[in-house]
Amino acid sequence: MSTAAAGHHDHDDHGPAKGWTRWLYTTNHKDIGTLYLLFSLVMFFIGGGMALIIRAELFQPGLQLVDPLFFNSMTTMHALVMIFGVVMPAFVGLANWMIPMMIGGPDMALPRLNNWSFWIMPFAFLLLLSTLFMEGGGPAGGWTLYAPLSLQGGDSFAFVIFSIHFMGISSVMGSINIVATIFNMRAPGMTLMQMPLFVWTWLITAYLLIAVIPVLAGAVTMLLTDRFFGTSFFNAAGGGDPVMYQHIFWFFGHPEVYILILPAFGIISSIIPTFARKPLFGYASMVYATGSIAFLSFIVWAHHMFTVGMPLAGEMFFMFATMMISVPTGVKVFNWIATMWRGSMTFETPMLFAIGFLVMFTIGGLSGLMLAITPADIQYHDTYFVVAHFHYVLVPGAIYSIMAATYYWLPKWTGNMYDEKWGKIHFWVSTVFLNVLFFPMHFVGLAGMPRRIPDYSLQFADWNAVASIGAFGFGFSQLIFVYVIFKCIKGGEKATSEVWEGADGLEWTVPSPAPYHTFEKPPAQFS
Amino acid sequence: MSLISRVSVAAMLLVSMAACTGNNMPVGVTPISKEVYGLHMMIFWICCVIGAAVFAVMFYSMFKHRKSKGAVAADFHESTLVEIIWTAAPLVILVAMAIPAAKTLIAMEDTSDADVTIKVTGYQWKWQYEYLDSGISFFSALDAEHNAARQVGAGIDLTKFGDNYLKEVDNPLVVPVGKKIRFLHTSADVIHSWWVPDLAVKKDAIPGFINENWAFIEEEGTYRGKCTELCGRDHGFMPVVVEAVSEEKYNAWVAENTPAAMVAESDAATATAGAAEASADDDREWGMDELMAKGETVYNQACAACHQANGQGLPGAFPAIAGSAIATGDVDAHINIVYAGKPGSAMAAFAGQLDNAEMASVLTYQRNAFGNTVGDTIQPSAIKALR
Repeated sequence: MSTAAAGHHDHDDHGPAKGWTRWLYTTNHKDIGTLYLLFSLVMFFIGGGMALIIRAELFQPGLQLVDPLFFNSMTTMHALVMIFGVVMPAFVGLANWMIPMMIGGPDMALPRLNNWSFWIMPFAFLLLLSTLFMEGGGPAGGWTLYAPLSLQGGDSFAFVIFSIHFMGISSVMGSINIVATIFNMRAPGMTLMQMPLFVWTWLITAYLLIAVIPVLAGAVTMLLTDRFFGTSFFNAAGGGDPVMYQHIFWFFGHPEVYILILPAFGIISSIIPTFARKPLFGYASMVYATGSIAFLSFIVWAHHMFTVGMPLAGEMFFMFATMMISVPTGVKVFNWIATMWRGSMTFETPMLFAIGFLVMFTIGGLSGLMLAITPADIQYHDTYFVVAHFHYVLVPGAIYSIMAATYYWLPKWTGNMYDEKWGKIHFWVSTVFLNVLFFPMHFVGLAGMPRRIPDYSLQFADWNAVASIGAFGFGFSQLIFVYVIFKCIKGGEKATSEVWEGADGLEWTVPSPAPYHTFEKPPAQFS
Repeated sequence: MSLISRVSVAAMLLVSMAACTGNNMPVGVTPISKEVYGLHMMIFWICCVIGAAVFAVMFYSMFKHRKSKGAVAADFHESTLVEIIWTAAPLVILVAMAIPAAKTLIAMEDTSDADVTIKVTGYQWKWQYEYLDSGISFFSALDAEHNAARQVGAGIDLTKFGDNYLKEVDNPLVVPVGKKIRFLHTSADVIHSWWVPDLAVKKDAIPGFINENWAFIEEEGTYRGKCTELCGRDHGFMPVVVEAVSEEKYNAWVAENTPAAMVAESDAATATAGAAEASADDDREWGMDELMAKGETVYNQACAACHQANGQGLPGAFPAIAGSAIATGDVDAHINIVYAGKPGSAMAAFAGQLDNAEMASVLTYQRNAFGNTVGDTIQPSAIKALR
């Protein structure tokens, strides 16, 4: 005991506990970050498997494989898993790993809350996925759970709502933690306008989450009581209003869209300057643009509902407000390009993914601008054109930013360089298949193919076959990602502290791999 | 072949594939659909120009400013003037887009002075059309042959249906060209959305709400669309078919189909005869075989989507008819659930969807098929008595 007590004086050597309890009881931001990221990777393959079931059924016209009801529950679950189980946990994982190191703080501000907010997630998803094996099957009314359709499902619906509450609690606790960390744990002297953009975008994202997750919780609780306790919030026959559900849902749902992309903006703003060897262009305007996007996200929700029969004035307002979003988003894209301009660029895997993000997110942004035009949107609405649009902003947008971040910081996390050759192969194979998968969806959507249908008319057959080939190619090429990650964890060329020649920021001042505890003594350069 | 020429050939191939018909929004056959198509193409080209400019600068930079070519990084990282320019320029483009868009939107929402009004009600999974001026009313569901072909593992050759696979109905909506047609949209169960791309008409059908929409069709023809709001298991199988005909043909069609009660007095004799015929069908005694034969047809149209053709249902979602306590139990309870539906579930009220003979026969069928052996018959007169 006495030697252990003596050892306690030297906190720098205090490493992780041994065995599996390390992961269960951990309050260390790096361990929890790792847990989030691995959870997200597992869910990525579960959600991807569902997408492949969808694409296998759509490979040719006619119903070959699944019942339409199961098909609907696949589209519903695919979205819920990808949004709540992949993109959000991955961003929280990155925030856990990087925010304390980027601001020179020793850990997250609320470490036990941090442990709890992670460990809720596996149980939430166990509940959600278990509904697929219950009588009546999983939720099949679309991830938006529109009433009254969602109320027709089996009793397993209660589990779905319970799991959404769990996910919400986890997100809100994670967000509170991030806000507390950013405001309280910064190195002495570091002002808000000196924070890396990833920290800024997460700060704004955390506020969005705290604002809108309770709205979702309220909406699904009303569904719960409508379904099981005889209320009529959304039942027209009982004096309720089915359209009100959509307003409430999208008041959550549209900020949610930006929750899924703002941290990506932060990641890209870290990576492009590093590989252009030039500071980020227009730092302040990037911060203001992020703030503007967050504000606008609260006043555009009804552009998801242009066909529900709103008054003309409402449609006008939401059209103009939606178009406005392209201004701050455009500023961001222009700033990134200005950062690249007259830099000294190299194209390692993180930079490839960042450029892939920039190109394809812009394509998704431009189709978003088309969707903002209400008269045209009435034709686009609920067709594959919309499916193409949001997959272009979510897959090469959010998912690519997460992959870019993984390659970018993996040497810092593991102390080893990843396999550059296989990283580049991963990028190119993914990018080719991704476009084969999603680009044809623009065509079939414009030509009249509605979304969420398990079977279609013959004129859509060719492009659907092409998209399905792309889907299987993209899905299986993600195994390369897993291979590169695990190869890097096991060993490889040792990484330096700085890792990248042009890297700038506090996380690159600590050794690689980052010690279990960093910045127990705050860095001095800001004071 | 050089790389550049190969890439350009591939690009041209792609563009020509994309440009052929069936890969873009249809121009359509109404003044509104043409305006919408024009807007769509205008924004599309604006987006193409913006995208091309952005990507050109980006790729130029990526080729010129790379370390391997000896590029040395500059140190600029701020310019208020540039920021103002690239905030203001998009705003100007947006205003230029917003003005024509707003004009079209205002025109789309103007449902006044309609010549014909048709109420469209969504059901899981069919449409009901009611001509409010003439009293014509009928249901329109997926054609039976298409319905057979789309069953899981049916293995029927779909090419015989051509491009209209899943876009054929039993009773199409018939409308006149050259008239302003107003559609009123509502739903009897969940939210549906009535979409005909060629008319640029898409409106949600929402229970408890009546939405308005209109079309002025300029060319005769058959225009096809689909339900575009997820409405449950058979969302993909409730097509819309609109037959736009000349005014004379339309008037003839209306005269032929107007229900007896609505026909003017001069036709009173024929009307009475027609009504008498229907009434006779309701009042006479039907035999078991007759009820079972009709019942099977009705079952496959109205019940099989949920309760399945074999009567086994889908456990947890849709109850089985085979061996069901209701279908083998008290006859009045059985009649009631089919007649009035079950609130809070997917079970619709069929009182308005099936006539007396149809409902009586399908009830009889359910009680005596799939291994159910109640043995009783339900007569159309019993249903008539309920109304």
